[in-house]
Amino acid sequence: MTPSDFQTVLPEVVLALWAIAALMFGVYTGKDRVAVPLVWATAGLMAALALWIGLAGQGERTAFGTLFIDDAFARFAKVTILISAAAVLIMAQDYMSRTGILRFEYPVLASLAVLGMLLMVSASDLMSLYMALELQSLALYVLAALRRDSLKSTEAGLKYFILGALSSGLLLYGASLAYGFAGTTAFAGILASLQGEAAPLGLLFGLVFVIAGLAFKISAVPFHMWTPDVYEGSPTPVTAFFATAPKVAAMALIARVVFDAFGAIPGDWGQMLAGLAVASMFLGAIAAIGQKDIKRLMAYSSIAHMGYALIGLAVGTVEGVQAMLIYMVIYVTMNVGTFAFILSLERDGRPVSDIASLNMFSKKEPLKALAMLVLLFSLAGVPPMVGFFGKFYVLKAAVDADMVWLALAGAVASVIGAFYYLRIVYFMYFGADQEPADSRMAPVQWAMLVAVAVIMLAGIVNLFGLEPVAQVAAEALVR
Amino acid sequence: MSVADIAFYAFAVVTVVAGLMLTISRNPVHSVLWMILSFLGAAGLMVLMGAEFVAMLVMIVYVGAVAVLFLFVVMMLDVDFAALKGEISRAMPLALLIGVVLIIQISLGIGAWVEADGALGLRDAPAPHGVDNARALGLILYDKYGFLFQIAGLILLVAMIGAILLTLRHRKDIKRQNVLQQMWRDPAKAMELKDVKPGQGL
Repeated sequence: MTPSDFQTVLPEVVLALWAIAALMFGVYTGKDRVAVPLVWATAGLMAALALWIGLAGQGERTAFGTLFIDDAFARFAKVTILISAAAVLIMAQDYMSRTGILRFEYPVLASLAVLGMLLMVSASDLMSLYMALELQSLALYVLAALRRDSLKSTEAGLKYFILGALSSGLLLYGASLAYGFAGTTAFAGILASLQGEAAPLGLLFGLVFVIAGLAFKISAVPFHMWTPDVYEGSPTPVTAFFATAPKVAAMALIARVVFDAFGAIPGDWGQMLAGLAVASMFLGAIAAIGQKDIKRLMAYSSIAHMGYALIGLAVGTVEGVQAMLIYMVIYVTMNVGTFAFILSLERDGRPVSDIASLNMFSKKEPLKALAMLVLLFSLAGVPPMVGFFGKFYVLKAAVDADMVWLALAGAVASVIGAFYYLRIVYFMYFGADQEPADSRMAPVQWAMLVAVAVIMLAGIVNLFGLEPVAQVAAEALVR
Repeated sequence: MSVADIAFYAFAVVTVVAGLMLTISRNPVHSVLWMILSFLGAAGLMVLMGAEFVAMLVMIVYVGAVAVLFLFVVMMLDVDFAALKGEISRAMPLALLIGVVLIIQISLGIGAWVEADGALGLRDAPAPHGVDNARALGLILYDKYGFLFQIAGLILLVAMIGAILLTLRHRKDIKRQNVLQQMWRDPAKAMELKDVKPGQGL
């Protein structure tokens, strides 16, 4: 350990110290009364860290031997994670204060979860991968059960915990097989051991188990079982958190593992990821049709979206990784806007989340309904919106890499998926004539919804310069 | 066969048999006891490999603390294992089928096991010469992998915050002992002395 190691991980150290300091501050002062300032300060710190990482980071540095790597790919993912986590924290603060679940531990656990995510995307060793993943997951299990007097929330936490522990077991077993083959846990070492020979069966088993363990975290089919229940049972702000930053982190982690550690055998993991992608897109699109609860619907929607992002990885080219990164940023942005809207729904002062409560919503709140219409069109991938370009890049990468069947499957699934998004639009504009739910928004929340809707339209000019940045990040990963 | 070999096989057999009994014994308390035996066997194996420090840690931490805590938890849990078994037995045939298929597949994979050139050399981690093994362990844990050690610390912090957040309830209606308040009470204010004359009430 040298000072330069600590310089490389300085943003993470700052976040860890902040979490500890915030915890002590909360315990020794007003407990839950200081929760609101803590939430805002945490979000502010995350935004500042995102700026710092995004602007100051240069080149590629490793720290602590081979345990930690800081490159353009990691920085891209980190900035996305930090900004989306900060956005979710501040937009949900009003909801949490109102429903009385804003405990001062919430921002602390959220910062520790985000810290785990930052370490995940920078992991370059199977051991640091596992430790970072557990740090993130453990904090999320607790957050899922945050509303501890509600049976559903407790069940969500427990279910998430048990299935998460199972997936960790699979991951560890796979990691042990990879270590047994290569004799080292460093990604670079595993890659070096694979040069110039076909992968033996034992290592392929390891690869399968590692990818299965990680696929749990992005809820790719067939490892998606926990997602609808956990999304529905968790408090809505926590669901919004689940649907954004952790997905980016886990997706970046999968990219990191398959390219940095198993980059010599792209055919072997490419077909697995393609299979996961197709299954996720179709199950996500079809199972969402019958849903009555909008949070469950968003769970299936996120499963389907992960399928599209996986196409980018399965292709295994720079273009594919770039498309995946762009897709994830767009996905996260759309979800922040959508959840800002879902958080606002209430009836007689109580939060509601059933789709029927949106009937004729446009009569009551024309502007919000319009913003939501743009978002839903974008989620569905209807052409003028930014969401279309996310899908377009991914499918184009598949076609360019001669995987036309994958692109076709994606196109078909997106047509099926469009149905349930447009169904909500139908309810809002032409639904049954009944009293819609109220929509109560704090100014920040309203700003988020409208800003995201505007981004979905304005972004079509040049995606705010996202493309070249994502390309630099992808080139850092794929060598 | 040297003494060390005999000891190795004895400890190995104890560890494996105890591990097997741990999984198949019906009474959960017996399972925990078998687990303790298997830890003891593992500790014996560690001594034979020259890792006395780890062996003592296994004895003190796992046998002395973790397993005993486990035993308490198992004895305090009010789980109806018979009902649980009934639930499981319905899914048993399918589970068995999947298990058998998995075992066959995995043994095929492990059966064809090859490793990369030089993997053994990389994996080999001899204790550095002339350094006792507590120090060697410290060098690995706090220096080479100090970064992971810190993350482990944060994970434990999350576990602690989580446990408190999910279980601690501040109850207002409970009576607590306040020692200082008790000591600072003024006898003159707290009680009143009455001189009761014989034969008369108050």
